[in-house]
Amino acid sequence: MNADSFIWWDWVDRHLGEIRTATYEHLRLTVIAVGLGFVLSLALALLSLRWRAARAIVTGLAGLLYTIPSLALFAVLVTITGFSTLTAEIGLVGYTLLILVRNIIEGIEGVPAAVREAAEGMGLNPLRRLVAVDLRLATPAIVAGLRIATVTTVGLVTVTGLIGMGGYGSFIDEGLKRSFSTEIVVGAGLSVVMAMALDSVLVGIQRVLTPWQRSSRHRTNLGYELPKPIA
Amino acid sequence: MSGALAQFGQYVTDHHHWDGPRGIPHRTVEHLRLSVTAMVAAAAVALPLGAWLGHVRRGGVVVQWLVNIGRAVPSLAILAILFPLSLRYGFGLGFWPTVPALVVLAIPPMFANAYAGVRGVDPATVEAARGMGLRPAQVLSRVEVPTALPLILTGVRVATLQVIATATLSAYVGFNGLGSFINEGFRQQDDAKLLTGAVAVATVALTVDALFVLLVRRATPWRMASARPSRKGTT
Amino acid sequence: MVPALRLVAVSKRFPGARTDAVADLSLDMPEGTVTALVGPSGCGKTTTLRMINRLVEPTSGSIDLFGTDIRQLDVHELRRRTGYVIQQAGLFPHRTVAANIATVPQLLGWDKQRVRERVDQLVGLVGLDPELLGRYPAELSGGQQQRVGVARALAADPPLLLMDEPYSAVDPIVRAHLQDELLDLQRRVRKTIVLVTHDIDEALKLADQIAVLNIGGVLEQFATPDELLRAPASPFVEQFLGRERALRRLALQPVGTGPIGPVPEVVEGLPTVTTGAPLREALDAIVAWGVEQVVVVGDDGSPVGGLDLLTITERIGNAPSRRDTA
Repeated sequence: MNADSFIWWDWVDRHLGEIRTATYEHLRLTVIAVGLGFVLSLALALLSLRWRAARAIVTGLAGLLYTIPSLALFAVLVTITGFSTLTAEIGLVGYTLLILVRNIIEGIEGVPAAVREAAEGMGLNPLRRLVAVDLRLATPAIVAGLRIATVTTVGLVTVTGLIGMGGYGSFIDEGLKRSFSTEIVVGAGLSVVMAMALDSVLVGIQRVLTPWQRSSRHRTNLGYELPKPIA
Repeated sequence: MSGALAQFGQYVTDHHHWDGPRGIPHRTVEHLRLSVTAMVAAAAVALPLGAWLGHVRRGGVVVQWLVNIGRAVPSLAILAILFPLSLRYGFGLGFWPTVPALVVLAIPPMFANAYAGVRGVDPATVEAARGMGLRPAQVLSRVEVPTALPLILTGVRVATLQVIATATLSAYVGFNGLGSFINEGFRQQDDAKLLTGAVAVATVALTVDALFVLLVRRATPWRMASARPSRKGTT
Repeated sequence: MVPALRLVAVSKRFPGARTDAVADLSLDMPEGTVTALVGPSGCGKTTTLRMINRLVEPTSGSIDLFGTDIRQLDVHELRRRTGYVIQQAGLFPHRTVAANIATVPQLLGWDKQRVRERVDQLVGLVGLDPELLGRYPAELSGGQQQRVGVARALAADPPLLLMDEPYSAVDPIVRAHLQDELLDLQRRVRKTIVLVTHDIDEALKLADQIAVLNIGGVLEQFATPDELLRAPASPFVEQFLGRERALRRLALQPVGTGPIGPVPEVVEGLPTVTTGAPLREALDAIVAWGVEQVVVVGDDGSPVGGLDLLTITERIGNAPSRRDTA
């Protein structure tokens, strides 16, 4: 084995246990962040749809948060809440908000007025209409938002690793400190794999939830969500 | 926290922190130099390719695939992988290992928006342009790109913001930009320094964003037209 | 005389399609006339139009413009010499009204002064408020946009104007107004116009001759509006034309263009129609006033003749005429 070798497989072999732990930590941080972020975003989006003022405040603050570098945010949070899952999650959830709130709002606003009127005309009460019509038809936009949020969060969790909160980022951090490429490649590679895997899961979920969109020939949208302007 | 804020106030008002290669101005300029280099390189790839694919109305799947991959790759991962390679092949610390990571970060929003913007131009407008005898290159440059400009500029704006925020990570591979305040502050447990870095990056990002808003308004006066419905007879 | 536009056995089958979009279509369109292509969706009328400016290339057959096969012309030159107006106007949203109108002259390299003069001239021609020149399309109503579309198409003074459902996106009142404007415009500029429409009344009102197309681009009949209404060539054409064909023919024929009777002995108490009014107006007056005949007056208001029901009936020639029965 050459000392200069880019990746040492026997290192990987010897550290399978750590890799498994890191995978679990990485996944846990991601899933909690996107899950909490989604619940919070749904509430904020409904609030924003109800009151115009709330909308300006919510999207404005979320946009502002988005411009703060992740490394800085996590580092600052550590000084307040210390090295904990809470610290990581505050930052991670914060970053999901802008993407998710915007997509939920746009998804619901994108429901054709005629459909909404028809639902109203059939006597659905507001809650039923929201669940059975609005959210259902907004599913593609919402899932598109979840996909971006998830993939982004997987990347951000590597940053939380830099400040010692586990996950694949800890491999990258250690590799950088020791100038040991194997650890860097393992950490970076696995986070890409996780991002793609979670993205595929969400695509699958969308397929199941929106059978009417499966005839892709007649799909008018581009099949993916475009990045939207900040604030 | 108020203690940290007071320290932060002291830190940024100390003129020592405004001088020399470790000062705020120098690091800001370096940060911008890095961001601009990455943005120019990414735009040179993403915008022509995206616009052209949108013009020929093909490659939606490829665009989607590229955008997904681009998003899935964490910048830190690219940075970390390139760092040892850069050292080995003599590109050194800091600047060059970071640029490709930022380029990969900046490409997806610009690429997707250039593609979607051009592709989404009203078919009637394109039809009229062709019917009037514009050559394909003229249709693209005189009609499709100008019409898609709001979306294209939005893509550039989003990419720029992400690049400025993410260029912070370059400090981890030895780049002397604004991220260095954060990195050093974190390691030295100097909250004032850390906050300085965070505030400086956010300030730069928000300033650039505000400039973008002005630029977009200047570049697309016709968009304001649709926001003035009072002049219209009927919609 | 060589027709302005001649289609010879033109067929089009799109790749992958099992049937023709246009089948063996031959039409002659004389210079300075309006030809309408009408028919239901899928009859190939738009495809036919788009073959004339080569946005679609025919599978077989040829199209001659003033005696020259259009395939011998540079496609972009051909299009710059052909005005093209489409349904949604297709204005460039990022350019002002003036810049939209100036598109083709600029492509042709006219100098600024000449472009400006031409734009001013066109604004008057299509009845557009000059104040709108600096505005953007999004600030215009549908009718105004359509006028700009026509001005833009006429900018380089092309001999041929192609119009694809130009008025179907505007409301009926504006549409009628725009149609009148087009007739007025045509009297002044005398272009060769090909108009695609699914609205048979629009075709009857605007066209000198009408080609009725059936599904698959099959030509059912090519005739003047009057002839079409008098003698539909097939049940399809009859159905497409709808009811009240005789009344609609009356609407097409001005009083002064055919035989009228002598001035009635007593003109007091009788309604009057001018020689320029359609026959339908004379009939309407007879029915409404409950009289035997109306007085036809000239432009100066002096009586020049009379019209009774029988003469009107004879004029459209459907009923057995007096001479036949005599």
